[in-house]
Amino acid sequence: MNNLNKDIKKEVAQKVSKKINLKAALSLATGALFGTSVTTGAVGQTIEADEWQFDTAFLLYSEVDRVTAGEAIVAGTKTFSNDEVLNLKFTFDTLTGPSANGAIAQPKAQTFTRASGIGRYRTPEGETPLDDTFHDTRVQLNGQWTQPVSDNVTGSVGGHLSKEYDYLSLGLNGNLAYDFNRKNSTFSMGISYFSDTFTPEGGIPKPLSSMLVGDSNSPEWDDEFAKTRISASENKSTSDLLIGFTQVINRRMITAFNYSYSMVDGYLTDPFKVVSVLNAEGLAQDYIYENRPDSRVKQSTFMQAKYHFDDSLLNMVADVSYRYMWDDWGINSHTIDSRFIIPVGRASYIEPHIRFYQQSAADFFTPFVIEDQLPVDFVSADYRIGEMSAVTIGAKYGVALNGGNELSFRLEYYHQRPTNGGFEEPEALNGLDTTPVIDAIIAQVSYSF
Amino acid sequence: MKVNKTKVKTRMNVTLLSVCVVSLSACSSLGVEPWERDLLAKKEMALTSSPIDAALDDHIYFSKEASSGGKSFGGGGCGCN
Repeated sequence: MNNLNKDIKKEVAQKVSKKINLKAALSLATGALFGTSVTTGAVGQTIEADEWQFDTAFLLYSEVDRVTAGEAIVAGTKTFSNDEVLNLKFTFDTLTGPSANGAIAQPKAQTFTRASGIGRYRTPEGETPLDDTFHDTRVQLNGQWTQPVSDNVTGSVGGHLSKEYDYLSLGLNGNLAYDFNRKNSTFSMGISYFSDTFTPEGGIPKPLSSMLVGDSNSPEWDDEFAKTRISASENKSTSDLLIGFTQVINRRMITAFNYSYSMVDGYLTDPFKVVSVLNAEGLAQDYIYENRPDSRVKQSTFMQAKYHFDDSLLNMVADVSYRYMWDDWGINSHTIDSRFIIPVGRASYIEPHIRFYQQSAADFFTPFVIEDQLPVDFVSADYRIGEMSAVTIGAKYGVALNGGNELSFRLEYYHQRPTNGGFEEPEALNGLDTTPVIDAIIAQVSYSF
Repeated sequence: MKVNKTKVKTRMNVTLLSVCVVSLSACSSLGVEPWERDLLAKKEMALTSSPIDAALDDHIYFSKEASSGGKSFGGGGCGCN
């Protein structure tokens, strides 16, 4: 009887340990599987078990006075006995709330036509024009298959499908990782291709044409509005190459270096954005639809180091990374991201996070156009491709539950500060906030089982 | 003069090659034995320790900033930028 009890206890202990091992091992491998990283090879332990592991999360992103987005993710990972890994991920998100239309604040109220061409909205004097009709829902599916190709080579292929009300995106990716130097070094290479189709309500506006503002119920409206449209939909394609090198430095430290090259071709303009045309005093005379080049080449270098401190520093894990990105639109950016995972007691941890971001403006970015600068070629007043800096600060708290399950909460504050970038403002804009800051809260709950 | 330039160029190439060889051999002396992977095998030491957080963050920053990718594919996937 005693022996039987011992056997049962041993079996239960093995099962629990198997599940915990599985979780740790999967976490090492899932970077690639979730499409968030090139396959990094076997830097950890072997995957042992043959069962599904699920990661779920709900995120709320809410900007003060602007958009609110909710996003839910359910991801399942199954590891087969011969180290083959299947990952399936389902994402659902929804977006509502006002979004900047590109026009600049004025000392008097302004009226705009909704992107659909049906109805108008009015922006009070001194305020940044925001289109409050945005409402979108997106469903996304990702699948990734990873398996050993030979002793030191791991291969991975994946597919992506996402559908919004007015947007369809299809993608494929493939990765290879080669381990050498006793699996302390990994060289990896990945390619991906996305094909996107944009079908906005109201069609694609004619670049640089004037926004038609008037009574959308009038009998001539439809014909006049149609003259400002070029088509019902447009496409773009994105081809990415990612080359990575991972190096274990010692028992406590691992580093990664990436280079990426990305080519985007097709319709890269935002059909919802306009640019204010001002007279010499600075008063709006017209709003023209923005126009961006039909290709963009982005490159970036990325470096990351993780270090596991000892008892004297609370067994903390520091994760610090830096990215430098540049493109042929004249934008370059610096991103520093750091996280510190600090164990609290035996089963929980707290993870402070701080991120700094700074970008320069695209060559064709301008907050407004003065009448005598017309005609213009490429032009956009979208603050997201203008000069800006941003900071994210927050923390995550996670607790391990019975059977290797984990519950975590994340709360962060994101602050974006667009800057003028040297544009001289005409008199009428004096005293107006032409580079409004954006403050947002990011709240997330995750559960893994 | 031309010869000197060639010599300088050759010397620079040799130096560059030496630096590369030294770096590579330095890499091969880095690392751990399989039995020393206790800390590296922990979940929090994975390069992407929380892939879900990374995916959510990528979506936020892709929508709000002009940069994307670097750590992973920058890709398309949404009409948010």
